[in-house]
Amino acid sequence: MSGGHSTYSPKTGIGRWIDARMPLPRLVHDSFVSYPVPRNLNYAYTFGGILSIMLVAQILTGVVLAMHYANDTTLAFQSVEKIMRDVNSGWLLRYMHSNGASFFFIAVYIHIMRGLYYGSYKAPRELLWILGCIIYLLMMATGFMGYVLPWGQMSFWGATVITGFFTAIPLVGEWVQQLLLGGFAVDNPTLNRFFALHYLLPFMIAGVVILHVWALHVVGQTNPTGIEVKSKTDTVAFTPYATIKDGFAMVVFLAVFAYFIFYIPNYLGHPDNYIQADSLKTPAHIVPEWYYLPFYAILRAITFNIGPIDSKLGGVLAMFGSIAVLFVVPWLDTSKVRSAVYRPWYKLFFWLFVINAIFLGWLGSKPAEGLYIPLMQISTLYYFAFFLIIMPVLGLIETPRRLPNSITEAVLEKNKGGSAHPAGATAAPETRG
Amino acid sequence: MSATDTSEPNRRDFLYVATGMAGVVGAGALAWPFIDQMRPDASTLAASSIEVDVSSVTPGMSLTVKWRGKPVFIRNRTPEEIKAAQEVPLAELKDPVARNANIAADAPANDIDRTAGEGKENWMVMVGVCTHLGCVPLGQQGDFGGWFCPCHGSHYDTAGRIRKGPAPENLHIPNFQFISDTTIRVG
Amino acid sequence: MKKILNSLAAIGFLFAGTAGAALAQEENHAAEPTHFPIHAPKEMDWTFAGPFGNYDKAQLQRGLKIYKEVCSACHSMNLVAFRTLEDLGYSEAQVKAFAAEYEVQDGPNADGEMFTRKALPGDHFPSPFPNAVAAAAANNGAAPPDFSLIAKARGVTRGFPTFVYDIFTQYAEGGPDYIHALLTGYDEQPPAGMEVAEGTHYNPYFIAGKSLAMAKPISDGQVTYEDGSPETVDQYSRDISAFLMWAAEPHLATRKQTGFAVMIFLVLFAGLVYATKRKVWANAH
Repeated sequence: MSGGHSTYSPKTGIGRWIDARMPLPRLVHDSFVSYPVPRNLNYAYTFGGILSIMLVAQILTGVVLAMHYANDTTLAFQSVEKIMRDVNSGWLLRYMHSNGASFFFIAVYIHIMRGLYYGSYKAPRELLWILGCIIYLLMMATGFMGYVLPWGQMSFWGATVITGFFTAIPLVGEWVQQLLLGGFAVDNPTLNRFFALHYLLPFMIAGVVILHVWALHVVGQTNPTGIEVKSKTDTVAFTPYATIKDGFAMVVFLAVFAYFIFYIPNYLGHPDNYIQADSLKTPAHIVPEWYYLPFYAILRAITFNIGPIDSKLGGVLAMFGSIAVLFVVPWLDTSKVRSAVYRPWYKLFFWLFVINAIFLGWLGSKPAEGLYIPLMQISTLYYFAFFLIIMPVLGLIETPRRLPNSITEAVLEKNKGGSAHPAGATAAPETRG
Repeated sequence: MSATDTSEPNRRDFLYVATGMAGVVGAGALAWPFIDQMRPDASTLAASSIEVDVSSVTPGMSLTVKWRGKPVFIRNRTPEEIKAAQEVPLAELKDPVARNANIAADAPANDIDRTAGEGKENWMVMVGVCTHLGCVPLGQQGDFGGWFCPCHGSHYDTAGRIRKGPAPENLHIPNFQFISDTTIRVG
Repeated sequence: MKKILNSLAAIGFLFAGTAGAALAQEENHAAEPTHFPIHAPKEMDWTFAGPFGNYDKAQLQRGLKIYKEVCSACHSMNLVAFRTLEDLGYSEAQVKAFAAEYEVQDGPNADGEMFTRKALPGDHFPSPFPNAVAAAAANNGAAPPDFSLIAKARGVTRGFPTFVYDIFTQYAEGGPDYIHALLTGYDEQPPAGMEVAEGTHYNPYFIAGKSLAMAKPISDGQVTYEDGSPETVDQYSRDISAFLMWAAEPHLATRKQTGFAVMIFLVLFAGLVYATKRKVWANAH
């Protein structure tokens, strides 16, 4: 709620001089120092900060890798290996960047799940949520194009399959695909434009992140109780309270990230991407990067024609639909209560959704054969049912638990060990201080 | 909401300072790979030595080879050029230091110390980069019959010594040696 | 709360059950297998495994000898430069002498002709064939793969839940395990009823089929070791696998050593930040 009065008062003459001309220090002070945040935010709320440092880390490592990368199909694979072998600290920067993409997605998935659990998308935060969905889409595009750059077998065949999605569009499909590829197959023009866009998109992400943070600071953060801030005692100042808490979460997250970089840097990758791209030889199983696997499973779940829509178009529509549905979540949820903490049934279906999404990811890594196909179909069905049926219906029929009157009351109740109310009445375990 | 109002300021301050210092150390260590990657890489360093066959370079002829991405002039001087260079008194030189990586750093710019040495005074091996701002000088041109840099008008004599113009130093001589009568290794 | 957890657990089991059924489908039919490799590779002990792993230089030197005397007849190793052999414990002069045993193409010379010369440390291992087409033509249509990255480019999929444990055990030796298994797997006989295509050789450890174009490449006693190591196919396979891992990941030891320092720092730093966080938040309540 930085829209209100500012508490910034420059102490030095220079400070006042700058403040009268371009109040950037005031903006920073109001947004990241005195900005009030609910006092009961738990560690699930630290992933926004973690994501911002991951974005910076990816841009920094990406820029230095681009200093050594050769954007040409005859040189790309060798130049990446030159980075790995000859460039000083090149192996470290490259592993930071490739694993960084994965950890960026780990963080964004937790961030999205946090939003779904605590109802962060509900009014008045619809735009905030939609901006987040746009960031996620841009991240997927960036990650995909980045994966093509090393010009390994998975790069090449991943690009072939994903650009193939567009051929499912009736009438203009092939034209669109050729427009994307700059040819009849993935080749040098494709690699060139993917590199250009891979370099551009992160800065667009950064731009949308600024809008996302702006929207956040207008409406303020949600919190585990889902109750809006009512008085000053409900909040603490962003600095030092939120900064140090975010800082601790970042260091822990970086420690896990570092573990992967230094000890199992290829764990999240695919061996086939260490084979140079060969347009005449498809790998036995083409699998995308792990963070796209759930969507890959949804794509392959549609093995049947639906009326005039053939299975190919149906699969592509289902896959894009699975992301598109996120955009309308604010209007699908009919519940008057925001947080899952007070919605026992929603909580159950939410955790089922999480398990189902992970299961979809596992199915995505499996070949589309035998029993895997019905499993993919059941999982896909639940994925869509969660948003399109459970969310609207549950909001109307579920009886929520009693809400505390304020954030302060919730915190005090928790600190008292729940003696004022029957144990579990406020589902305290989720609302750690 | 100030964090400084406390009953035991020293212990608290120590913790804050220690955390801050550790953060600075970590950030500094993290910055290193980003700077380190800019240095010449292992393959560039490995390519820093070349062997040149000069058997076909007769007196009056020159050869330009590429070494570390720069031109290296190899010239077999004529007796007249050698004589002209030897007759120049040291006092007339703008830069009296030999600039020869094969001998002492402060050796004077006598003609013999600019060449491949005793018995090979006819051979000049120099980095063909003007010591002014890095252009490549043209051979057998300029007021002294040596090299002339067209960018800003520096004149070098037949021993590659700066005689006139803005360049501050004689043309540099890289590490080199004759590994046989007709083969020079540069670097 | 308890009820929810119970139902969650029940549903989890349901999922696990169906997943198990899906896994069961993967069971191979002995004579006509559809999933490869037929046998999972055996996990070996590697000196370079684990958080403090490092290459055994003597082993790498033996592996280089095998590559030079056996593999390099067909397999290139384009990305590896001779100069990097100093990592194996050789001196600069030894590397120079080793490189000089190879001929590489250079040029053009003053007449515009390409010529061959002795390799220098800065050169890469030359290919046994002039190009991929020639390599395929000389080998029944199957070009022998380049060896620079083979140890990272091969890995048998590790099913659930093994791939979860692998995070904690830091298992990253799927490549060398696979190479060792393949090289020692040629002596196994195909089960009754299996048809092995002509010109191919049965190997139950091959990742992409029941047999492969390469015949058994090495036998006991084929390469002479000077350090008294056993001259057996098993030992040869271990040594070449270790060498190929080095070729694919030359900075492995530096990576793990740096990692140890980084992890220690991050754990201590996390402790400091946590203590600071506690102090700061003590004011808030």
